Amino acid sequence: MAIEGTDIVQAAAFLGAGLSMGLGAIGPGIGEGMAAAKACEAIGKNPKEAGLLTRTMLVGQAVSESTGIYSLVIALLLLFVV
Amino acid sequence: MAYDIQTWIKVAAFTGAGLAMGLGAIGAAVGEGYTAAQANAAISRNTKATGEIFKSMLVGQAIAESASIFALVIAMILLFSNFTATSYVTVAAVFAAGLAMGFGAVGSGVGSGFPAGAACTGMARQPAMGGRLTTNMLIGSAVCQTPSIFALVTAFILLFSDFSMRPVSPTWAALLGAGFASGLGAIGSGIGGGVVAQNSCEGIARQPSAVTPVTNIMLLGQAVTQTPAILGLLVSFILIFKSFEPTNSLAPSMALLASGLCIGIGAIGPGIGEGIASSGGVKWVARNEAHVGDITRLMLVGMAVAESTAIYSLVIALVLVFVV
Repeated sequence: MAIEGTDIVQAAAFLGAGLSMGLGAIGPGIGEGMAAAKACEAIGKNPKEAGLLTRTMLVGQAVSESTGIYSLVIALLLLFVV
Repeated sequence: MAYDIQTWIKVAAFTGAGLAMGLGAIGAAVGEGYTAAQANAAISRNTKATGEIFKSMLVGQAIAESASIFALVIAMILLFSNFTATSYVTVAAVFAAGLAMGFGAVGSGVGSGFPAGAACTGMARQPAMGGRLTTNMLIGSAVCQTPSIFALVTAFILLFSDFSMRPVSPTWAALLGAGFASGLGAIGSGIGGGVVAQNSCEGIARQPSAVTPVTNIMLLGQAVTQTPAILGLLVSFILIFKSFEPTNSLAPSMALLASGLCIGIGAIGPGIGEGIASSGGVKWVARNEAHVGDITRLMLVGMAVAESTAIYSLVIALVLVFVV
């Protein structure tokens, strides 16, 4: 069977999308876990500030989530736009 | 010179067996080495408890070994089975079974070593808690094995299902993708579950009165930590059991392979991260038992956020299977 150029490009876009989201999920996953672990520690030490600590943890996690969102955006671009 | 299908099946089975056992040996060896290191440190701290610590080390190592024994079983099956295939799809299925089990054993092996090491350290610190520490370690290590059992199940399905009626393209890519999804997907949850159990053993040794909440929160945390591996298993089942239209072009096949890679690799980070989050939770439940509610709630919120990238990977994987 003859494989055409557009077919190869499309295949590469699919593979790229999968790898982009897959690899991009590693960092945020681990990083957000570390943030949550330290937040649990902080609540254990100072339970009165639970609200403040939860808020701080969520803001920090939202920032470290950003690279995961970039990966998602690139994956969706590769799938549907490019 | 042309080769027949039987030759290719043999090639796939032998390379699959090599990968299954080679990759499958990594995790258990690292985990058991960690356990032995902790046991040595523990014995030097408290030589009177040598017998108990030594026993606990061996029990813990035996559990950590099970993941690589699964890999050995799959490698043996691949080496000595007679695959009578009529379709090239079986070549992919056999190779994917080896890949799934090889990658799938890494996480559980490494992970089970952590609670065993922490139990040894704990026995040196609190010899009186030896029984509870051993129980907790056994529960924790057993839960760590579940991701490798998922990989084993996938490998068995790939080995013993008959795919010969399916179109070769794109089924070959779907089966390889299924192997990657459940194999790579098991790494993170295995390691993460181990980190949780490690910190619960450490917490029980530090604060023996908190043993009940610590074990409960450990189980909760480990259960949530398994979810990325379950997502990987889900995608691999979809890839194995869905029937695909035959195609002559490359792109649909690559979409299925990429789907498996996406959820497989994407599950590694959230699995480890949720384990770290939950380990902070159990550690501080042991130290501050009065606030178990607050700590558990925050732990679950943190784990849910860490799960999000695994969900993104799942979305992309499902889009690759069903939409494009």
